[in-house]
Amino acid sequence: MAAVEVPQDAQAFLDYVQGGGQVEATDRLPDEYRVKLVKFIEMHANSELMGVLPEREWILRAPTLQRKLALTAKVQDEVGHAQLIYRIVEDLGKPRGQCLADLVSGKSKFHNVFHYPTRTWGDVGVIAWLVDAAAIISQKALLKCSYAPYARIMKKICWEESFHILHGRDVILAMVTGTPAQFELVQEALNRWWAPLMQFHGNPIPRDEDPMWHWRIKSQGNEEARQQFLEGYVPQIWELGLTVPDPKLRRGDDGVWEYTEPDWDELRSVVTGHGPMTDERLAFRSRFIEQEQWVRDVLAA
Amino acid sequence: MSEPVWEVFRQERRGRPFEHAGSVVAPDADFAEAWAREQYGRRGESAALWIVPRDAIRDVESWADEFDLKYRRVDGYSIKARLKEARERAAARAR
Repeated sequence: MAAVEVPQDAQAFLDYVQGGGQVEATDRLPDEYRVKLVKFIEMHANSELMGVLPEREWILRAPTLQRKLALTAKVQDEVGHAQLIYRIVEDLGKPRGQCLADLVSGKSKFHNVFHYPTRTWGDVGVIAWLVDAAAIISQKALLKCSYAPYARIMKKICWEESFHILHGRDVILAMVTGTPAQFELVQEALNRWWAPLMQFHGNPIPRDEDPMWHWRIKSQGNEEARQQFLEGYVPQIWELGLTVPDPKLRRGDDGVWEYTEPDWDELRSVVTGHGPMTDERLAFRSRFIEQEQWVRDVLAA
Repeated sequence: MSEPVWEVFRQERRGRPFEHAGSVVAPDADFAEAWAREQYGRRGESAALWIVPRDAIRDVESWADEFDLKYRRVDGYSIKARLKEARERAAARAR
């Protein structure tokens, strides 16, 4: 049977991706689609790269050698994800050097959760367990992305993220079964991270108004993702005897979770570069990009 | 980008097909191998890798069927009507 041709006509292309069709780097893509892909995928790559900084700060302070090795491996994985994802962006026409320049100048964005400080080892556990859990929900939905090269690398990324969640859960379990002070560190970290976690999947715009759903870059809406997170993880948090800092949080009889409206102004402010750690982390990244220039020069020579 | 792109195919277990996994950018084949090992083999998840310069790949996407080669495929044979007629004739002969 003849292969399905990717339609050239704009409307036919849209119908094709909305019908579950996938496209390759070598297909002719509408400009608007390409622009949206670059924006979305670049932010994802930025987030992987910036996402290691909150954890990196704890490598030297990890409580045991085993934890130090595991955390180092996780950081290595996440940087590897950034490399894979920047490759996808490069094939879409934006060089990696340009992506990094736009990241450190604040022109492009990265996820809200990586703009916050990592105060204690409890934060490291909450990040590895719950931030990664929230991220894997978004990433699993990308396995069906209309842009096939991105969907393919997401297989490897989701596979590695599944270890990270387990590593995070193991850290948390060790602490909640430890001393009362250790338990308290986890509870305090959860209190700090809950608001950013609830903001993570974005404001609940109907998916039909979301351009990323329109082009089937994402395969689920923001609120669907958040509900999936609550459904999967709130019971796991509760069973450890931890308290979720939201008095309104409950599972409705219809299975839909109710919660206090997240602070969308905070989300907007943080992702546009006004988070508590934004400047410090971008300055760090910028310093390393300069410091490592000689490596790129040697390779290019 | 001046550096060449290398496509990486990985085989999950011996005997399985190689599947496209992703790509790496590297100045030469040795570096490409180093990056690909790091990205696609670090946890023993691959039995083998193929690392291919992107330029060496010949992309074939159009499948013209000018000569109507349906006789090579199952959808080239529509036997329903003929089978019905044959059965009717056989039934008529038996009467």
